[in-house]
Amino acid sequence: MPDTTLPSPQGRAGATDGDRNVALTPDGFEDVMIRLDSVSKVYPGSTEPAVAELNLGVPRGEILVLVGPSGCGKSTTLRLINRMIEPTSGRIYFDGEDVTDVNPDHLRRQIGYVIQQIGLFPHLTIAENIGTVPKMLGWKKDVIAARVDELLHTMGLEPGEYRHRYPRELSGGQAQRVGVARALGADPDVLLMDEPFGAIDPITRDRLQNEFLRLQADLRKTIVFVTHDIDEAIKMGDRIAILREQSQIAQFDTPERILAHQVDDFVDDFIGSGSTLKGLNFERVSGLNLGGYPVVRHDVGHRVAQNVLADSSQRWLLVLDGQERPARWVNEAHLDRTDRSLLAVGHVVRAKVERNATLHDTLETMLGSSTGCAVVVDAQGRFEGVVEIEALTGVIARLRTEAKAHYEVYAADGTG
Amino acid sequence: MDFVSSRWGDVLSNSADHAILVVSVVMAATVFAVLLGIAVRGRQGPRALAIGVVGVGLTIPSLALFTLFIPIVGLGFAPAFLALFIYALLPILRNTVTGLEQVDPAVIESAKGMGMNRRQRLLQIQLPLAWPVIMAGVRVSALLTTGIAAIGVLVAGPGLGEFIKDGLRRLGLPNSMEAVWTGTVFIIVLALLFDLVLSLIQRITTSKGLR
Ligand SMILES: Nc1ncnc2c1ncn2[C@@H]1O[C@H](COP(=O)(O)OP(=O)(O)OP(=O)(O)O)[C@@H](O)[C@H]1O
Ligand SMILES: [Mg+2]
Repeated sequence: MPDTTLPSPQGRAGATDGDRNVALTPDGFEDVMIRLDSVSKVYPGSTEPAVAELNLGVPRGEILVLVGPSGCGKSTTLRLINRMIEPTSGRIYFDGEDVTDVNPDHLRRQIGYVIQQIGLFPHLTIAENIGTVPKMLGWKKDVIAARVDELLHTMGLEPGEYRHRYPRELSGGQAQRVGVARALGADPDVLLMDEPFGAIDPITRDRLQNEFLRLQADLRKTIVFVTHDIDEAIKMGDRIAILREQSQIAQFDTPERILAHQVDDFVDDFIGSGSTLKGLNFERVSGLNLGGYPVVRHDVGHRVAQNVLADSSQRWLLVLDGQERPARWVNEAHLDRTDRSLLAVGHVVRAKVERNATLHDTLETMLGSSTGCAVVVDAQGRFEGVVEIEALTGVIARLRTEAKAHYEVYAADGTG
Repeated sequence: MDFVSSRWGDVLSNSADHAILVVSVVMAATVFAVLLGIAVRGRQGPRALAIGVVGVGLTIPSLALFTLFIPIVGLGFAPAFLALFIYALLPILRNTVTGLEQVDPAVIESAKGMGMNRRQRLLQIQLPLAWPVIMAGVRVSALLTTGIAAIGVLVAGPGLGEFIKDGLRRLGLPNSMEAVWTGTVFIIVLALLFDLVLSLIQRITTSKGLR
């Protein structure tokens, strides 16, 4: 069956996927938590569908980001999942169970829902807001109170201070945290988020995104996250579905692969410039082959240093101090017949990165270095290797080739 | 002052009658108008119709309105009650509809998204949020009916209108103006008292989060 939306059986390429990898089921497809099967929505009074024949699978425990231009049907798609909108045709499955016809109120109590405007209940306290769904589900009072405190604590809000406040007594960022806490109230397996951080200033947004990703690393909820901001999509998504009008999927893949290979001009335009640079965020120094750079200890003397430099094809030589830490960059002009210490000639080494640094940060560091190189050090600052620009261009070329090959295999399989 | 103290008994019993009439009218009108408001909210046609019909009631001259009911229910408390009831509806109905419709759509969206059914959304979210606006309508109705209730004496209704009617009948004779003044002042005092009590009730029954 042709199905453009289920992730391919390839898993993911690259060195960073480790803990974000998804268990593959025996038949090769991933463990799908939410599935839309040919779902369409035509709003009353409209001739064109807002969502047309959408097939979509959301892998369990992952964040799937729906991203696309304004009006392409992201919100409509999200609201079809918890049946805020009834589909015109098609079926919706949760955990394999067809929920297209179950009681929508009961369904929604099992699904967290966060919207951009938050919509906290202004006449209820923060505790009452967060406890809304547990109360509807008939939890005991003390269990609800404990759950509320736990969630406030998780969201970084001191329960004693915030429990009895009203929504109008919160800042925008705090209100959005409470909005997320409220959606998590009854510990649902699935969370739907419609531009949850859209109306917040950039600094607070960045902080909320990071907090949320940390939280998700523990919770492993199945999340559908809507945004129109490709950078937010790249940051938040385990997978991204780039949508065009009527919620048609233009490309569905991991952020890494989407950045390395865009299937068509629409995706290319939507991602805009800088996809290569952004792709370097997903690669780390630890994935590089370091070495081959001329290095000497500070006490070898000028003659040996000159020979080492001459034997290499490089213009610069790296000098290590007594503790194996990178100390100076020296070139031929710095090396003479004097017996001055090698630690007193050349330039201080400033551009240093650790193995877990992203290649994006590494490139940033390299651009600020007089030699165009970044020195890799361990946690104690001891020398481990040198990253040159060729190493980065090599990685970029490899990512592109891999992504392209992936799509070719995919197409050859007849599944694309 | 002499006039009031010499007729203190009448003043008290007329005030009490007046208050009972107004309170029963406002209570009945509140229940009816709030239910009607809930029924027509958010639907253009029914809402316009309800507000239109209730509004027409308010344009009928009060003299006529009071007497209209005599053939149906006779004289006394009943025609006064019915006429005042019609006057009291509009402010409460209007404010109920406005209050319910001005609830932030995002709040309703999130309530729905959390699995609240229509009834829960109405009782737990929309009504509490519209409550201050509804109460403001109730207060206007109370002021309105307290004043107009004076005309109720025309259909032999109870209340402070007795003094005014009595004074007008004996106009020019001793104590006639005093009678009119007594009726008027005590109606105003009663109106202020109602407003005070209602504002207290409004305060107590409105969530701290909305103040
Ligand atoms: N309630 C509605 N009635 C009729 N048409 C609607 C309704 N809601 C959305 N639409 C239409 O459906 C299409 C998709 O809207 P939707 O809100 O899903 O877009 P979106 O991708 O979320 O956009 P945005 O990024 O601006 O939020 C649009 O053309 C919109 O005009
Ligand atoms: Mg939207």
